[in-house]
Amino acid sequence: MRRYSRGEQHRVEVVLDGRSREGRCESRMLLSDFLRHVLGATGVHVGCEHGVCGACTVIVDGVAQRSCLALAVAADGRDVRTVHGLARDDVLSDLQQAFRRHHALQCGFCTPGILMSATDFLARNPAPTEQAVREMLSGHLCRCTGYTGIVAAILDVAALRRERGGTQAA
Amino acid sequence: MKPAAVDYVRADSVAEVTAILAECGDDARVLAGGQSLMPMLNMRLAAPRVLVDISRVAELARIRSGVADHASDGGRAAASGAVAVGAAVTQARLEARPTLAREVPMVALALPYIGHFQTRNRGTIGGSIAHADPSAELPLVLAALGGEVALRSQRGTRRVAARSFFAGMLTTDCRPDELVEEVLFPLAGEGARYGFREVALRHGDFALAAVAATVTRDAIRIAVGGVADRPQVETWPRLAGSALDDALDALARRLDARDDAHASASYRRHLVRTLGRSLVEELA
Repeated sequence: MRRYSRGEQHRVEVVLDGRSREGRCESRMLLSDFLRHVLGATGVHVGCEHGVCGACTVIVDGVAQRSCLALAVAADGRDVRTVHGLARDDVLSDLQQAFRRHHALQCGFCTPGILMSATDFLARNPAPTEQAVREMLSGHLCRCTGYTGIVAAILDVAALRRERGGTQAA
Repeated sequence: MKPAAVDYVRADSVAEVTAILAECGDDARVLAGGQSLMPMLNMRLAAPRVLVDISRVAELARIRSGVADHASDGGRAAASGAVAVGAAVTQARLEARPTLAREVPMVALALPYIGHFQTRNRGTIGGSIAHADPSAELPLVLAALGGEVALRSQRGTRRVAARSFFAGMLTTDCRPDELVEEVLFPLAGEGARYGFREVALRHGDFALAAVAATVTRDAIRIAVGGVADRPQVETWPRLAGSALDDALDALARRLDARDDAHASASYRRHLVRTLGRSLVEELA
């Protein structure tokens, strides 16, 4: 059992996008605020703060979840992945490139959360139907795009990965 | 939209959880996946003194099949045993269970309607049952199947039938020193057919009305959520045609539907009639 008393500062350690990081916060601090304000991961966007908009979605221990619906102290010792970790050596991930090709973003506020959801979703569903993609996107609000480009980008990258996987296997 | 100051305790065992609940009672709230409780904390609709996080308690992360149940609910389809889902099991994990559609088909049908992909990843079965939102899918399914809730405290363990457990809007029979330890869904009965349907404004939103039905050789068991303050269950003989319409109409009128920002009372009654009719006909 571990107790984090109110009003005190507690040490929280996470692996953030592959690097060990630590910071101090109160027990009541949300994971979203910890990532942004303590660790500086401002790519984690905060919209509604009650789990509706999906902008703050990050991947914790391999699954996409709302960082505004978790306490930072509860994430102690966890692996956290954010949009900052998607690009490698300044090269956008295949998903990010597909978003650019398909105009799947305009203002970009919802984009980091959607990218993290889609990353987890595609890992578990390599050949999704359009309906399944739309259902996954029901957990995100985008007020710019009408979702059409987002759906197209996710389906496109799924197809490309299958093609590439097939080529490698052959 | 930030939680008030709170003592946070991460428990490692059920014994630790029940000890804190025995000590703090109403001042403590159990935190599992947090997909209902965290929004309430953020909006300060809840401000407990202590949060007891059970998400890392290994004993509560089990799914057990074939668990003996009390068969306390005579109205339900005959079943032998139950699937017992521990309080820390997420909705996504149960959804991914390969045998689920065979064991408890109604749960498999209802799970995709619960919230979203991202909230099912963290939201738990036990948390939804303990929260007892009148529009939530899992309390409806548990009531429809005549399932049970296992409650644990330092005083011992007791099992409560779903129909006694849900006491009203966000209100259950769980006492302040008790933990919802397991949720027991009765295994599918021989020859019984199960269905689930709901209407929400958007996929993943709370249901305006939801209907769960079990049809056996000689009975229809129908349950309605989203309309009254808790799931409502009725058992009928194998009605059809206008007799079925009349029974659904009478059920819809008994539910005390209310107008709210999302739908009118008459629209909710309409949904009960049409969802009920199409579901029973599909399963007949």
